[in-house]
Amino acid sequence: MNLLEIANLHVSVGDRPILRGIDLEVPSGEMHVIMGPNGSGKSTLVQTLAGSEAYTVQQGQVRFAGENLLGLKPEERAHRGLFLAFQYPVEIPGLGNALFLRTIVNAVRKTRGLPEWDALDFLSRSRAELEQMGMKPELLERAVNQGFSGGEKKRNEILQLRLLEPRLALLDETDSGLDIDALRTVAQGIESMRDAHRSFLLVTHYQRLLDHLRPDRIHVLANGQIVQSGDADLARMLEKRGYDWLLQEQRA
Amino acid sequence: MSTESQNLESLIQRNYTAGFVTDIEQETFPPGLDETMIQRLSAIKQEPDFMKEWRLAAFRGWQRMKEPHWSIARYDPIDYQGFSYYSSPKSRSSVGSLEDIDPKLLETYEKLGIPLHERAALAGVAVDAVFDSVSVATTFRETLAKAGVVFCPISEAIRNYPELVRAYLGSVVPPGDNFFAALNSAVFTDGSFVYVPKGVRCPLELSTYFRINAAKTGQFERTLIIADEGATVSYLEGCTAPMRDENQLHAAVVELVALKDAEIRYATVQNWYPGNERGEGGIYNFVTKRGECRGDRSHISWVQVETGSAITWKYPSCVLRGDDSVGEFYSIAVARNYQQADTGTKMIHLGRRTRSTILSKGISAGHGHNAYRGLVRMGSTAQTAHNYTQCDSLLIGSAARADTFPVIEVENASARAEHEATTSKISADQLFYCRQRGLTEEEATGLIVNGFCRDVLLKLPLEFAVEAQKLLSVTLEGAVG
Repeated sequence: MNLLEIANLHVSVGDRPILRGIDLEVPSGEMHVIMGPNGSGKSTLVQTLAGSEAYTVQQGQVRFAGENLLGLKPEERAHRGLFLAFQYPVEIPGLGNALFLRTIVNAVRKTRGLPEWDALDFLSRSRAELEQMGMKPELLERAVNQGFSGGEKKRNEILQLRLLEPRLALLDETDSGLDIDALRTVAQGIESMRDAHRSFLLVTHYQRLLDHLRPDRIHVLANGQIVQSGDADLARMLEKRGYDWLLQEQRA
Repeated sequence: MSTESQNLESLIQRNYTAGFVTDIEQETFPPGLDETMIQRLSAIKQEPDFMKEWRLAAFRGWQRMKEPHWSIARYDPIDYQGFSYYSSPKSRSSVGSLEDIDPKLLETYEKLGIPLHERAALAGVAVDAVFDSVSVATTFRETLAKAGVVFCPISEAIRNYPELVRAYLGSVVPPGDNFFAALNSAVFTDGSFVYVPKGVRCPLELSTYFRINAAKTGQFERTLIIADEGATVSYLEGCTAPMRDENQLHAAVVELVALKDAEIRYATVQNWYPGNERGEGGIYNFVTKRGECRGDRSHISWVQVETGSAITWKYPSCVLRGDDSVGEFYSIAVARNYQQADTGTKMIHLGRRTRSTILSKGISAGHGHNAYRGLVRMGSTAQTAHNYTQCDSLLIGSAARADTFPVIEVENASARAEHEATTSKISADQLFYCRQRGLTEEEATGLIVNGFCRDVLLKLPLEFAVEAQKLLSVTLEGAVG
């Protein structure tokens, strides 16, 4: 069964068209990867799926678990199990990370009919996850993302992914700005979340994250359209040869 | 960005839950302010002569003064002859006996969440309930009397403890201190009086609940708290008023006196009617609050959560006269719709090694305008005195405004004053981030605001911190687009 179905999706920023007819299906349990040159619309795609008001859907349909996704508010999409790990996680001065995490976990658990976590549940669960992600415990005490290094911010995103347990995780360049050790920790954090009911859509420029994961499909986005899809070998080929040969092939 | 601000406009709606009117027969003076009215007021209150003369002298001084306009607030001239200066529920009998109190009044306070029956009351809190111009009930008086603590309406204190009143009233805020203090001294009607004797730790949290009910009435309460040597007291005031189209005037004076080794903690949750979303109606809150750390090692702490009033003009201050005395000011002020809040503090360091802390959090939403105005003065005698000031402003939406006017005067080279200030804005990106994690816009705003205010909320008495947090959330409901 397809968890996510995108049909003929056109999206613009202001008057500028970015996505020009995307068709994409992600079955339950699969990991798909979006690659492509800068400015091809990769971030636009995941931001639109998450419901950012900066983007306008001009036409097309998106179904998530059979439901019309585009009719839902961002928080409703989150309640139904859609998660976006941001490329640039925002800082929220004054708001403690622990309070923030507990609040979002309970907001989502409530809508799923699950019991809310009290302070003790949260503490024991988050400590374990923090260790898994190789994060310092004091990051819970600091304000959300404030003064976090680039790597800490990305780990904090995956920490939230692990606490929220979504059905679909959109990861927007989660690997950028990570050193080799951090990359491995983050990849393990993602990989161990995979199961038959959870799907992933990754945006990345590099093969190196994919070395740690086992993606099912690779899609190449160029000029707002998916120009090529293939298995994991496609990513390795792109790593070696870049995008030009593919784009030239398209034009031919 | 334009859609953001449009959403903002349409979303700025809120229910002011304390906005109902109590239908009760009241005895109200006709509008007008002159010496005859003041004499009549003094007679009704059966005041001793010294009090009447004190009022008249204040009134004569007031007539020579000019309404101050240096704050950020903009408003039409106030017609002082247009207000009534006394309004009292008619059915009221002797103060303090709950059995005789009009059930409608009990119901009013019940609705506001302030049960006056002692069995239903908040544990550990004694309440003085002031309805328009008079105190209608004071709870737990016997418990307090056993400890030697006097907690009663000030009009009663004037009759029963004239020596204490004479010695302390106006000793911190003299009648001629400023325009509104002079007006209050002439016409003040009721308020609370607290005296905690030497070495006594007040066994209960004291609190006064002010309610303006009658239309076109000014409320001029006067509160005087004296903590004798080594005494400790914690006091909280709350304020609400019905929704009315015209502006109402509230000009209070609060004086605190802390003698040697005494400690006074004074907290305010001010939720006067702020006016509607077009800026019509609401309370003009022109208040003078000042505490004097008169003895060595004394300690005065002001905590305020200001969410109401159309205009707030208020600077709870500390005069640190005793050596090693400590003054604190912790403030959260919210201005939304067309509210204007000009608030802050003065810390006057006179004694040696005196210390003060100022922590101010201003939140502006809609067309709200918030200003922090502060003065830290290190007098020539304030050897190695120290002040730390932090002023943080949070802006919600693009039409909101925040200003900071800190003044530091140092006359003693060994004294130190530190000042830090930040301004931040709740951005569309922050909101989207929170919403992507499953929070509604309002939950996200409430969470960010509570995070922003946390340091100050922690300073509130525990029982009220939760209430204040809820009040902040309700106040800012729909304030973000």
